[in-house]
Amino acid sequence: MFERDDLIIEARHLTKSYQISRNRTLTACDDVSLNFYKNRTLGIVGESGCGKSTFIRMAVGLEKPTSGEIMFHGKNITERKGEELRLSRRNIQMIFQDPGEAFHPRMKVKEIICEPLLNYNLIKKNQMDSKARELLEMVELPGSFAERYPHDMSGGQRQRIGIARALALEPEVIICDEITSALDVSVQQTIVELLLDLQKRKQISIGFISHDLALVQQFAHQIAVMYLGNVVEILSGKEVSTKARHPYTQALLDSIFDLNMDFSKEIVSMESEIPSPLNIPDGCPFQNRCIHCMKVCRAEKPGLWEIEPDHLVACHQFNRFNYREDQ
Amino acid sequence: MLEIQNISVNYNKSGKPAVENFSLAVKQGEICCLVGESGSGKTSVIRAVMGNLSRQGRVTRGDIFFEGDSLLSYTANDWRKIYGTEISMIFQDSGAMLNPIRTIGSQFVEYIRAHGTYTRKEAWEKGVQMLEHACLPDGEHIMKSYPFQLSGGMKQRVGIAFSMVFKPRLLLADEPTSALDITMQAQMIRQMMKLREEYGTSIIMITHNLALAAYMSDHIVVMRDGKIADSGDRDHILHHSQAEYTKKLLSAVPSLGGDNYV
Ligand SMILES: Nc1ncnc2c1ncn2[C@@H]1O[C@H](COP(=O)(O)OP(=O)(O)OP(=O)(O)O)[C@@H](O)[C@H]1O
Ligand SMILES: Nc1ncnc2c1ncn2[C@@H]1O[C@H](COP(=O)(O)OP(=O)(O)OP(=O)(O)O)[C@@H](O)[C@H]1O
Ligand code: SF4
Ligand SMILES: [Mg+2]
Ligand SMILES: [Mg+2]
Repeated sequence: MFERDDLIIEARHLTKSYQISRNRTLTACDDVSLNFYKNRTLGIVGESGCGKSTFIRMAVGLEKPTSGEIMFHGKNITERKGEELRLSRRNIQMIFQDPGEAFHPRMKVKEIICEPLLNYNLIKKNQMDSKARELLEMVELPGSFAERYPHDMSGGQRQRIGIARALALEPEVIICDEITSALDVSVQQTIVELLLDLQKRKQISIGFISHDLALVQQFAHQIAVMYLGNVVEILSGKEVSTKARHPYTQALLDSIFDLNMDFSKEIVSMESEIPSPLNIPDGCPFQNRCIHCMKVCRAEKPGLWEIEPDHLVACHQFNRFNYREDQ
Repeated sequence: MLEIQNISVNYNKSGKPAVENFSLAVKQGEICCLVGESGSGKTSVIRAVMGNLSRQGRVTRGDIFFEGDSLLSYTANDWRKIYGTEISMIFQDSGAMLNPIRTIGSQFVEYIRAHGTYTRKEAWEKGVQMLEHACLPDGEHIMKSYPFQLSGGMKQRVGIAFSMVFKPRLLLADEPTSALDITMQAQMIRQMMKLREEYGTSIIMITHNLALAAYMSDHIVVMRDGKIADSGDRDHILHHSQAEYTKKLLSAVPSLGGDNYV
């Protein structure tokens, strides 16, 4: 399913550390390797603050990794600059988590969404109005919004401006950082269908960060689960609900609010203390919240092993329990 | 305790109102969720209650009563007295609420001291403690950070910590858990429900997560295009609703192991 020939971005062993004070460093991302393939979707889920946005910013070249390298079509682009950077930027578009902060408040919506098209001379200035309308309608917003400013819109409307802007260029790779959480479920569905349609037509590669596991598993060919800077499990979207092995992935599955759940039951939540990226423990990053933790888990960090084709897990005891079968 | 009576909200004089004829009554200790279309006026409703509609936004009709007093007649000074302690709010865009060039700690200390008699040191400690309750370990580190050094979900938890300091009687929460992973979401929801149990806090929460709304609320209001499209308790909304829009929303909710597109 994942052919080397289709590899577009290959992130190899990316690590990012921030120096907080003279003797404290914060490791936001710890040796993460993930690939983006043509015509495939990679979903990334994980704890808030575990390094998803940091990883993705490095993978698209917005931030320099502390170590590791990024290959774009087999070429090392970790150190790229100037024209080279500009061209690869066109092919890799990113939609940000906080659209409110990403837009210039003095620019009208039509200027915001057409800016990249104008920059790469793909449209002329006098085509801006009609192009803006077309793009707005694509994300289910009225064409008249073209004349508004971003702060005169609701949260979910602003989010869709970011989506329209990124889709305008029809890039090879689209990275979406938490783009659906501000949208109602019906618009969420529209946006996902839009991305999938684009994928079908142009074979684009999609990176989709989201907290909504139920949503991602519907269309991700591969899901990477992150915890405290590390990838702890990689498996296909279809199999998440039946084959997840890592205790953190299982905890995620247990915390989903579902329309068919038993509403009288107390919600389960892990109350144990969340570790801080300033003090990553030796051994397994999930140890202090894991109900299966044993001595070896505190001593040795589990590597990410392939336990069956296209299914990788970083846990010493992946074999001892299989979530859904146990129930 | 809170009664919203037939309000309309307008952002410009001539145009169509963003909220039209909206009414809602919330009792002490009650939890009410607003769900519905993006852009349907949910944020406008709760910002109208808080008296801080953005820019030219105004309540053009109706009235809002809190414990019998009309909130619309409150002056900035009246608001200062009750904001945070009686009524507090978690904003949809917590990042935008924070001042980007000041540390979390300096903003938090100022906020705590503006509403209670605390020394700087006490306020700092209180802040650290609140952050830790909001699932932010290493509160000291967060206090010393600038907003840009925090992830999206961390800023949201800072907003939650601010809102809960004084155990308000009414909490207005605008998508408070949308940027959190689901295990943390579960933890935050438990904390909000604990606030209700222990202090009788009433909560109005906006969410796009219908199952979450169904789980926690006594009353659900579905909005569309500035108006109430449907309302009722969980059983009504999930199983007996006749409203087309409610049905459309329910059918769009993704479920584990459900439809698969690839
Ligand atoms: N510029 C920075 N300086 C210092 N620390 C940073 C900086 N940027 C991010 N961090 C830290 O790196 C860690 C990972 O942040 P990141 O934004 O990647 O998380 P995330 O997984 O995207 O979380 P969320 O789901 O909440 O958005 C956090 O602990 C954050 O505080
Ligand atoms: N400052 C403003 N000026 C003009 N119109 C505005 C302004 N703020 C909001 N609106 C409009 O008012 C309507 C209601 O907005 P509101 O923010 O209340 O929606 P919402 O239900 O919270 O949506 P979302 O779920 O996307 O956050 C929207 O159509 C929006 O475009
Ligand atoms: S390695 Fe040990 S502590 Fe870590 S997830 Fe597996 S069982 Fe739990
Ligand atoms: Mg993020
Ligand atoms: Mg809103």
